[in-house]
Amino acid sequence: MQFVFFTLLKIACVLGPLLTLVAYAVLAERKVSALIQDRVGPNRVNLPLIGSIPVLGPFLTKLGFWHPLVDGVKSFIKEDFTPAHVRKIYFWLAPAISLVPAFLVVAVIPFGSTLGAQKMVIADLNVGILYTFGIVSLGVYGIVLAGYAANSKFPFLGGIRASAQMISYEIAMGMSVIPVFLVVGDLNLGKIIEHQAQNGWNAFPVFGGGFGLQQLLLIPCGVISFVIFFISALAETNRLPFDMAESESELVSGYHTEYSSMKFGMFFIGEYANMFAGAAMMTTLFLGGWTLPILGLNVAPAEGEWFKGLLHIGIFMGKMLGFMFIFMWIRWMLPRFRYDQLMDLGWRRMIPLALANIILTAAVLALTNR
Amino acid sequence: MIVKRNALTWFERLYLPAIIGGLKVTTRHFLNTISGTTKVTQQYPEEPTRVLPGYRGAPYLVRDQDGATKCVSCQLCEFVCPPKAIRITPPGPTGQPADRTNAEKMPEEFEINMLRCIFCGLCQEVCPEEAIFLKSDFSLTGLARGEMIYDKEKLLALGGTHPGIQKWKHKLEEAKEQETFPVKV
Repeated sequence: MQFVFFTLLKIACVLGPLLTLVAYAVLAERKVSALIQDRVGPNRVNLPLIGSIPVLGPFLTKLGFWHPLVDGVKSFIKEDFTPAHVRKIYFWLAPAISLVPAFLVVAVIPFGSTLGAQKMVIADLNVGILYTFGIVSLGVYGIVLAGYAANSKFPFLGGIRASAQMISYEIAMGMSVIPVFLVVGDLNLGKIIEHQAQNGWNAFPVFGGGFGLQQLLLIPCGVISFVIFFISALAETNRLPFDMAESESELVSGYHTEYSSMKFGMFFIGEYANMFAGAAMMTTLFLGGWTLPILGLNVAPAEGEWFKGLLHIGIFMGKMLGFMFIFMWIRWMLPRFRYDQLMDLGWRRMIPLALANIILTAAVLALTNR
Repeated sequence: MIVKRNALTWFERLYLPAIIGGLKVTTRHFLNTISGTTKVTQQYPEEPTRVLPGYRGAPYLVRDQDGATKCVSCQLCEFVCPPKAIRITPPGPTGQPADRTNAEKMPEEFEINMLRCIFCGLCQEVCPEEAIFLKSDFSLTGLARGEMIYDKEKLLALGGTHPGIQKWKHKLEEAKEQETFPVKV
């Protein structure tokens, strides 16, 4: 009974902030884009009462703080138009299917150490990462169904591209994390974080365990698998430079061309929730999750150390938001890949490199006599 | 001319030079914008904009240095106005006398329909009394069409005075000087 209660509480405490973060990620995306392009960005919305507070009100308006609120309301009150030519069942199903996996992934991610007696993870699965990959691969169905359901050219092309792209990069992604498991020896995400706390982060395994021969030899392995995972995560979440599924300049807006109102909103939320899930996975697998190798923040707090527990959640959020910023940054850094270049990069560069990395890591571990 | 296209080197094919180049450019722009080094778009409604001298904005009536109406109701501007935006009601034989010396009359009513006005400046050019000027106002708004017809009081209030132009004062002085003999040159 207590377990059910705490699980429900944790779900509420994760989903609420996640949706808020998604809304503000859209704002951050707009602001970061604006700053990189020498613009001002959204700075119009002003709320009646708060806007009249002397310094804070204008500052929040300038920051565009209320834009997510207004965007949400706008999405809800817009006409939800269903074109006559769509396949209705799939048309209704697709937004939900693209939204749900993004939220399900978050279930296994340890977003903090412990708070009181509770572990800060919704489901402490011992096959956490397998579950994640299983769920992530479901995400492609939402996009493919949306492309199929729309029953018109551009969404269909977007759907085809998305399916090919996401299936190809899933392989590279899956292979890039195998070195991590070779090093850690466990699939549980909590255990992976504990291992990183003791032996240094997987992306850069130097501190913690000292500068042994094994640590030094594992640096290239960690860096390579991190880079491959990062690039695959960009491709999986359909972010630039791999946004083949949307590619506004070619396909209107790809798979969600025919969608309006909150159905479009759901695709949007799904996309950003996926980004958060990807950022959280990278934080957990490669950057040590909620740990920080200074000030004794590497170990889970004893019962009663509430502040430390909250600080751990803060560290996790900080790392995750850092990745979100890099996602947004990269969007304006690189042009979109051509479809064949994308496939070439996926199949002929990433996958062989990931395979070689597995062998390299295994060899390092075998030779340094673990 | 044949452009020689060199094959990409091994290093270039790693996409690394392109990525690093992009990184540099975006970082520079991001930091410059966030620190305010880059001049961004003027925030127009909050930051008042400025027009250069000679800008042809809305036409307003002006008063002379003594605060008197300059317009003498000659109706030349009404006649020349291409979109027929100006309507002048002359005082007639029983109307109010002009409020300045050396003028026969002044308009009883002077209306400019700002919705019709095309800001061509012909009224200013044709005015023999230098009584109407295109000022710097460019965004005129109203909630109804009626509000956009500016009457004489409004036009005079908006136009202000033009002390620099004292055409009749000099004429008066010249005329007075004619009275005396010998004529001062």
